[in-house]
Amino acid sequence: MSVLIYMSRRIIQSIPVLIAVTLIAFSLIHLVPGDPVRLMLGIRASDEAVAILREQLGLDKPLPQQYIDFVVNAVRLDFGQSLFLRAPINELIAARAKNSLSLLVFSVLVSLLIAVPLALLAAVQRNRPADHLVRLFTTITFAMPAFWTALLLVLIFGLRLRLFPTSGLGRGPAEYLISLTLPSITIGFYLAPVLLRSLRASLIETLSAEFIEAARARGLSEGRVLFKHVLRNSLIAMITVLGVNIGFLISGAVVIENVFSIPGMGSLMVTSIVARDYPVVVALTLVFGVAVIFVNLLVDLSYAILDPRIRL
Amino acid sequence: MSEHALGHDQPMLEITDLTIGFADARGIVLAADHINLKLHRNETLGLLGESGCGKSVTLRSILGLVPYPGEVISGSIQWQGHSLRDASHRALERVRGREISMIFQDPTSCLNPVFTVGSQIVETLRTRLNMPAKDAHQRSVELLDHVGIPSPEQRLKLYPHQLSGGMRQRIMIAIAIACEPQLLLADEPTTALDVTIQDQILNLLGMLRQETGMSMILVSHDVGVVAQNSDRIIIMYAGRIMEAGTTGEVIYHPRHPYTRGLLAAVPSLDRAGERRPLTSIPGQPPNLARLPQGCPFQPRCAFARPECATIPVELDRGYPEHGSACPFVD
Amino acid sequence: MNTPDSIPSHISKADWKRLYNRSVSERRWSTYTLWVGVIIVLVTTILSLAAPLSGIDPTEADLTQVLLPPSWEHPFGTDDVGRDIFTRVLYAGRLDLTFGVVTTYISLVIGLVLGALAGYFGGLLDTIVMRAVDLVISFPFIVLILAITAITGPGLLGAYVGVLAVSWALYARLTRGEMLALREKQYIMNAQTLGYSAWRIIFVHSIPNLLRSNLVFSMSDIVLNILTLASLSYLGLGVSPPTPEWGEIVAQGQRSLRTAWWISTLPGLVIVLVGVGFSLIGDGLADRLSEDGGGAS
Repeated sequence: MSVLIYMSRRIIQSIPVLIAVTLIAFSLIHLVPGDPVRLMLGIRASDEAVAILREQLGLDKPLPQQYIDFVVNAVRLDFGQSLFLRAPINELIAARAKNSLSLLVFSVLVSLLIAVPLALLAAVQRNRPADHLVRLFTTITFAMPAFWTALLLVLIFGLRLRLFPTSGLGRGPAEYLISLTLPSITIGFYLAPVLLRSLRASLIETLSAEFIEAARARGLSEGRVLFKHVLRNSLIAMITVLGVNIGFLISGAVVIENVFSIPGMGSLMVTSIVARDYPVVVALTLVFGVAVIFVNLLVDLSYAILDPRIRL
Repeated sequence: MSEHALGHDQPMLEITDLTIGFADARGIVLAADHINLKLHRNETLGLLGESGCGKSVTLRSILGLVPYPGEVISGSIQWQGHSLRDASHRALERVRGREISMIFQDPTSCLNPVFTVGSQIVETLRTRLNMPAKDAHQRSVELLDHVGIPSPEQRLKLYPHQLSGGMRQRIMIAIAIACEPQLLLADEPTTALDVTIQDQILNLLGMLRQETGMSMILVSHDVGVVAQNSDRIIIMYAGRIMEAGTTGEVIYHPRHPYTRGLLAAVPSLDRAGERRPLTSIPGQPPNLARLPQGCPFQPRCAFARPECATIPVELDRGYPEHGSACPFVD
Repeated sequence: MNTPDSIPSHISKADWKRLYNRSVSERRWSTYTLWVGVIIVLVTTILSLAAPLSGIDPTEADLTQVLLPPSWEHPFGTDDVGRDIFTRVLYAGRLDLTFGVVTTYISLVIGLVLGALAGYFGGLLDTIVMRAVDLVISFPFIVLILAITAITGPGLLGAYVGVLAVSWALYARLTRGEMLALREKQYIMNAQTLGYSAWRIIFVHSIPNLLRSNLVFSMSDIVLNILTLASLSYLGLGVSPPTPEWGEIVAQGQRSLRTAWWISTLPGLVIVLVGVGFSLIGDGLADRLSEDGGGAS
């Protein structure tokens, strides 16, 4: 029961933040020079034509009015139409969101697959050669620009070895997953060093805790101590870091979407800003904001589940 | 506290010439040097000394728990005729918790905070004794009851942070005796507890020892705790043994200057009415990286003389009844 | 410190040597990696600064030398309009390294001061600063950058403004947290009872201590900022061609990836190398500074 109350309280607290975010996005995009109507009709359009279209699109109303309209509709989940693409924004975003989400999930899995075993190895072999190697790996992957990793993977696995497609998404579940492989590995390598660092530190701290020594003194096997007791206690630190980074990735995967020609929310945002497609920009910002808040909420909830000392 | 038949039965635990060193960025330090001790059946041995004197690390070495970057450099640890020092990982795991158990100082941090107390007891029972779940649960209840925890059924479901320090220590003890070990290693079991709870815990330990004939090594820096609960006492300083003997001898007729200083610093209640100034041992605690040649106590010893730098620091012939490492005093 | 000459009699020489090596090797490794980092950064900086000495113009096309693979004459090969990539990379280095250092340390100063003030005075100032931090960090960076570059026009200015707008927040949050802890420390309380003014306490007494972790973090931040600039240039924001910038060179090479792999891969390797260099310095600093501050004995 307290979980529901906690969640409702958090949601209510986030509303002002969401409003602030959309306000800022709205103001920013209107500050940017460039008129979408002219962009659509071309330079040679007559002023009359421009005025008529502007009225049709509702762009002639005063800005505050436009913003209020947006909010009112947003509550009903009606984001209106894209100026540029003349399609309902809901559909646009939904289609893209599916892709972005799949990419995100796949990437997180890859990064965990890399980070968790390596962190365990490094923590257990602390200050010995294996640890140094893992730390070196972390330093190198941290410095690798995502777009470069992407190109490297494309070069080796896409072009030379021809194992994976290098752009676009496949139809059908199997092709879809395969086409997501290279991009996910790219983002995975981007996330992995960050997760590795914090997980390793957390594991080292837990390993030297007294209750771990006590567990060993009870005769529990090293495997059990490590995987059941140590890992469980260290997960919290890692989940925090994961949460922060996922929040960033939700909107920040643009570069990868660009390299691999994946129709995701990031690239939609970029094209919309370039085209001055106001409604899409603000709607997307709202979606991003909600997603980040949702992720933070999940992270906090997971604390409560994982650590009985934290009660809501 | 009977006088034990010294040498009549074989010692259960025999530590010979044990040396434990730590090597890290600051240098090499010998945390324990030339440690010799014997423990018999049904006997309680007290290790007494200031913090950093090596008593805790000696205890840990028995179960192979000396943390990296430390290691046992030389010497032998024999348990019931088998060497523990050379034992394989498997063999050590078999001994831990079943034949030799250990309880620690801070009950707050000795139980895993994310699991219920009950699950941790059950885990020990199931993995060490191969008990089926239902029996393990039943036995946990019995164990908690035995160590004096009221409403054990309810308590099992709680998390460590929801219980008081005294309760947590009882649970620690319950887990430790769950497999009926023959030796209990107690590392400062009462230091982190209130004075009133301390007594309860010590009484509990006494009761358990009487019931099962379990031996115990009790480590503490508290003279009273060690004096009232041990059959024999070993005094340690800077990783060396300074004095060893039966409790009566060591406490009432201390021979080593360090022991005398230690005992003089304790306010005494049985000589109420006698006004005695509280004395403390002058000087600084020893820096293990920079010990003088010979006896480590020289810098603070009122009886120090040049020969102290050349003597081997060993117990004299008074051992095992009552031996001292200082040949010059008494 | 116990040296090999003073081996106690009952310990074998082999054991002692092993322990001694272990105690020394940790320190050695840490120093070793620190120096590797310093060398990497120094060499890259010097080479970049010396770029004009080569006499080659990084923007001049030479269509007779198009798409040549790496050789002695062109260590990184040439691109699709015949420019020597190695020279371009060196010229780009001046831009990227400057960007990294300038954005990082300006953000550090701003964040340090704001964080210290927020942490020390608390109350309304603290709330305002921390809310600003939260907002800046959770705002989608892409939107911010795109909007800023749209206003300022393409080019470095947009990148500088965008990164600075966000970077300061990390330092502010870090510093504020530490200031909260520092405030309770003995010598600060002493200073207060002695009647020192708040400004003196903050700037003379606190900031030197707060500086430590900020400096360590600044090394990673330099890497992050360089990566951000490279990513922006890759996307076509940030720098505009033909100005050489590491990310931009990689982007250009994408067209010829199939035939001329060296255009994209080698400059990227330089980014990684420089990033590793700064990170190693950061790690080495972290080791040093924690030892001095927290080491016992």
